[in-house]
Amino acid sequence: MKKEFKVIADLLPNDTRVLDVGCGDGSLMNFLVKEKNIEVRGLELEKQNVQDCIYKGLPVIQGNAETDLYQFPDQSFDYVVLSQTLQAFYNPDKVLKELLRIGKSVIVSIPNFGYWRVRTSLLFFGKMPMTNTLPNSWYNTPNLHMCTIKDLFNYCDNKNIKIKKVIGVNEDKISLIKKSNLEIKNFFSKLGIFLIS
Amino acid sequence: MNKKIENIKKINVSKPLKLDCGKTVNNIPLAYETYGKLNENKDNAILVFHALTGDQFVAGTNPITNREGWWVTAVGPGKAIDTNKYFVICANVIGGCMGSWGPGNKNKETNQSYGLNFPVITIRDIIRAQESLLDHLGIKKLLCATGGSMGGMQLLQFCATFPDKTFSAIPIACSASHSAQNIALNELARQAIMADPVWDNGKYFLKNTQPKNGLAVARMVGHISYLSEQGMQEKFGRKLQEKADYEFSFNADFQVESYLRHQGNTFVERFDANSILYITRAMDYFDLSKQFNGGLVEAFKSQKTKFLIISFSSDWLYTTKENKDIVIALNASGADVSYSEIVTDKGHDSFLVNEPEFLKTLKGFIDSMYEKFKK
Repeated sequence: MKKEFKVIADLLPNDTRVLDVGCGDGSLMNFLVKEKNIEVRGLELEKQNVQDCIYKGLPVIQGNAETDLYQFPDQSFDYVVLSQTLQAFYNPDKVLKELLRIGKSVIVSIPNFGYWRVRTSLLFFGKMPMTNTLPNSWYNTPNLHMCTIKDLFNYCDNKNIKIKKVIGVNEDKISLIKKSNLEIKNFFSKLGIFLIS
Repeated sequence: MNKKIENIKKINVSKPLKLDCGKTVNNIPLAYETYGKLNENKDNAILVFHALTGDQFVAGTNPITNREGWWVTAVGPGKAIDTNKYFVICANVIGGCMGSWGPGNKNKETNQSYGLNFPVITIRDIIRAQESLLDHLGIKKLLCATGGSMGGMQLLQFCATFPDKTFSAIPIACSASHSAQNIALNELARQAIMADPVWDNGKYFLKNTQPKNGLAVARMVGHISYLSEQGMQEKFGRKLQEKADYEFSFNADFQVESYLRHQGNTFVERFDANSILYITRAMDYFDLSKQFNGGLVEAFKSQKTKFLIISFSSDWLYTTKENKDIVIALNASGADVSYSEIVTDKGHDSFLVNEPEFLKTLKGFIDSMYEKFKK
């Protein structure tokens, strides 16, 4: 399992109810069920991924996070997880609101546009950045609303969303991000993982 | 044909069955068929609910009509519902005409067929009768129950009425209550039958005949609703039936006409007109949210069953939206539910034809459920 999922799994207590939005082929859900006795539900857009989840016996609903989250009742999950898709939504603001409505807590991970390689690509080469967390070219990227760890941090502050924990991931290293080290971590983290409520 | 019907498997539902209309009936026959073997742990049983014009002969050859079982695409050795592995059960619905208690049966009080003296039954009556079959077969809990169309409606009712009888459930292309359009189409079918003078207020059996013309039209209406516009256009278009030009008559010039006439004519050989009246009525009365005051969410409260809802993109009879409403209610009640929409132009009939994506999903779910359920 990829590092990001290990970090997310560590944030989730045993025996809870978790909705994985954009659950992919179910690898995170599978881990949570087997290792942490978590009751999972998944929402997934891609047909093949939906089938993969069904084959694994994982409950998955085929649907789109931008249009189908309304079906989940208020505060019906302990945690809602959204891994690296916030930036691909037409309306990330609305989706985040929905996630916070459904989950008592929400875990959101983003590819950090403030990562130094991203910054230098634009600054020194004048080209849209391509890294392993941002693998696509400008013309075929699904990402519509790129943001930095600092942006999401400020967003939560402005919207009165409680930030419980922020973790920066860079290759195999993870580190806790606080207001005091935000500038430096925003420079060196490839990925930001936010636990908010 | 009647002699063959005598030989099919039947149980006598001896415990009193209180029907929704208020009447109580005893000792009614329920015809059924099984495929595969029930294993020692009795944890490999799958109950199939059939649709409006289906019967208990799911797989193999139907011994009465000598035609293929209605779900051979999905059920059989090595199929999605593999009878080498699972024990598949299907009962003919009450109100039907394949051996179970129906309007064509003899009323012991009058020594005549019931005809319109048969009570109006509901989907709940139908599944309550079928529950006795599980007792008879010694099955405490099913691995899975499934059904498409009216079969899916029976399944939703079955889960709501008996929340602990099946480990998993796959309602396919169905709805939790019949829509105005569904009722309208059924009414069209009924009116076609009742407008046939041979029908004679349901007493045609006295003359040992059938309102064939009306029943054939009823079947045609059904067939149109089972296909999608696109599917129909692709299959028939404006193609003519074995002729070069219009005949300037009302014979079947177009292939689509010929197809519908053929469907109508073969149907009257195997189905009873009064059964259509009674079963379509049961479908129209079906409204799961009405039964539970709190609505559909209440109906699925305390469900332990694991659901997979499947809809078909081109189905306009039981739309994706109606199927999604079931998913929403299950989600709201906290049930374990999966949902998949199969993209196809084959319309409502998609669950009966060879639709690989659908069959793969069906197999994947059932096999994964068996891994969880087996002792």
